Amino acid sequence: MALTPPENRLWWKEPLAKMEITWISIAFVWGLFMFAVMIYWHINGEQNLSNEAYRVNPETYGEKVEAEAAKYTVREEGDTGIPVVHPPAGSDVYMLARLWEWWPILELEKGQTYRLHLSSMDWQHGFSLQPVNINIQVHPNYEMVLTLKPTETGDFGIVCNEFCGVGHHTMLGKMIVVDKK
Amino acid sequence: MASNEQYRICPETGLKVFFTTEKLIKINAVVAVVFLAIGGLFGLLVALTRWPAVHILPPDLFYLALTAHGADVLVFWIIFFEIAILYFASSVLLNCRLAAPRWAWLAFVLMIVGALMANVAVLQGESSVMFTSYVPMKAAPHFYLGLILFAVGTLIAVFVFFGTLVIAKQEKTYEGSVPLVTFGAIVAAIIAVYTIASGAIILVPTLLWSLGYIANIDSVTYKLVWWGFGHSSQQINVAAHVSVWYAIAALTVGAKPLSEKVSRGAFLLYILFLQLASAHHLLVEPGISSEWKVFNTSYALYLAVLGSMIHGMSVPGAIEAAQRRRGFTQGMFGWLRKAPWGNPAFSGMALSVVMFGFIGGISGVVLGTEQINLIMHNTLYVPGHFHATVVTGTTLAFMAVSYLVVPLIFQKEIMFPKLAQWQPYLFGIGALGISLFMMGAGTLGVSRRHWDMTFADATLSFDHPPAAFLMMGLNGIFAILATIGGIAFIVVIVGSVFFGKHRDEAACKANPVVYQGGGEAVASYGSEHELKLPGTVALVSVFFLAFVLYYFVNWKYLAEVWPLS
Repeated sequence: MALTPPENRLWWKEPLAKMEITWISIAFVWGLFMFAVMIYWHINGEQNLSNEAYRVNPETYGEKVEAEAAKYTVREEGDTGIPVVHPPAGSDVYMLARLWEWWPILELEKGQTYRLHLSSMDWQHGFSLQPVNINIQVHPNYEMVLTLKPTETGDFGIVCNEFCGVGHHTMLGKMIVVDKK
Repeated sequence: MASNEQYRICPETGLKVFFTTEKLIKINAVVAVVFLAIGGLFGLLVALTRWPAVHILPPDLFYLALTAHGADVLVFWIIFFEIAILYFASSVLLNCRLAAPRWAWLAFVLMIVGALMANVAVLQGESSVMFTSYVPMKAAPHFYLGLILFAVGTLIAVFVFFGTLVIAKQEKTYEGSVPLVTFGAIVAAIIAVYTIASGAIILVPTLLWSLGYIANIDSVTYKLVWWGFGHSSQQINVAAHVSVWYAIAALTVGAKPLSEKVSRGAFLLYILFLQLASAHHLLVEPGISSEWKVFNTSYALYLAVLGSMIHGMSVPGAIEAAQRRRGFTQGMFGWLRKAPWGNPAFSGMALSVVMFGFIGGISGVVLGTEQINLIMHNTLYVPGHFHATVVTGTTLAFMAVSYLVVPLIFQKEIMFPKLAQWQPYLFGIGALGISLFMMGAGTLGVSRRHWDMTFADATLSFDHPPAAFLMMGLNGIFAILATIGGIAFIVVIVGSVFFGKHRDEAACKANPVVYQGGGEAVASYGSEHELKLPGTVALVSVFFLAFVLYYFVNWKYLAEVWPLS
């Protein structure tokens, strides 16, 4: 019984049964395989997270995002006053997170590859692109750069999925993907 | 300390139960159940708020309730109960007096003061920072202080456990090696030491920061160290509830481990590799390399997963072997059909094994795969996964063992036996629903820790698919079912403890809770030798197939999202 000391004091010398050896081997090999799949995906998969990130001061980052937005703003979204920014295809594009908005709205072109910069002005936020379902953590003081290629057109929501205080549920941004011009 | 030497002999197991140990087990278990009740209630409020048609709490109270729910059930309920398990696995199983009972009482006082302080901080409304309290979001200083006091108390209790092991060894109160259940408890305790150390390393500076003595705490470093505490503490649970599985299997059907060597080896893998799991929470963070993520998230080649998969074979295998020895040899699953499904200790344990393995285990590996995490991070898939591990796994196992603790330690008959019989099923199925529907909603992109999935108050708009709303409604319904199961547990256990009939020796003989079958089975302990176990082979094969299929389905999902690099 598991509640009493093993009767055989040399329990570690007992041979393993075939069923045990088989199962342990299968489980071990499966573990190796799953480990290898992650590496394989880095070589041949198309969805990998970038390792590119920089230390950045929130104010500096904010100024950069505003400067970029000023250059490429094409219109405002309805009567919200939020600029819609259409940067050149294939360029570096910038978005910031702050209590409680994603700013600005980015308009990208389908099939083009962009370098998306993300950082937070205050607390941690969660970049959750929906319904695509890409989820990335956004920290203050870290500027993350990821390469992103939209493959479908339409309006996409950017939900904040890291709790950021009582207005968290109002923090909703937008990304628009249009056909190539 | 003469009083610490006094004991009674348990009429059913023949073990010495020292009175000091008994008192400490009782008080820790009772307080644990109180926190389960409080935390469970907060959990119900959370689920009802997330049910869009009900949406019961306003946002500030929702985030408050969610913080309290996490702290009370994920930490206080489980750890108080685990301390009771540690005292049981050392003092009772080894027939030894408890080391330093005054320190054990001090530990208890620190833990309860800490737990109350953290609760007060949360209820005051200034510390709705979630269980994880990610910086730079700030809670009131006494929130962190409460957690620190609780952790210090826990650490003292863990050292009382180690001290008891030393005394038992010196005074030769047992022969040979410690029992497997004690071995598992030692594993849990060792993990607890480095878990609590990680907690102290991050929470002490965070306390100083909230008091204004430290200017800044790096948010990524915070997460790295905090999860060394937060995830490892869940691994204490795994080691503890696996030990509880073995204990219940032994007490209810007389099961012996198939192989002491295999089961203990699997536990050792936990000590060596589980703490790497901090990485599970850092897979989509900036500033951390892929190499680091791949190595750590897989517990170095999935060696801790290997440990769990081994237990996943050896626990049902031990039960099958015991049942076959009792003569239930019909077909592949005769032993399973004839198992004591009406005994809540057994049924709770069996449900815990199956749901922890199939739902919690498989979803955990998938969620912790570096790239797949991109389509799941911070969605409801995450709480879906850990409700399967911590609720259907740990909590259900602890509930199940309570049906043995009450008669054997509290020496009370279980009241309302019919209700007790149904309780594990009600709670288990409720918690299973919660897990599955949250995982489903998460797969559809619904965010965790979010008050309003309709985004009614946002400037812009976004609509989740109708299926996601359906999932959240079903989640609410199953949360109600789990609550009914939880209330049933509390009614039965609290009722029995405070108002139950005392079990004297005659009652123990007339109505034993410990398996009494056959002198041979009980007399010959140690590894099981009969290993023709077709039922277990079939069960692990189904498990493995489910694992492989689900794993590849999620790679398929990932392959469909926008290319990223």
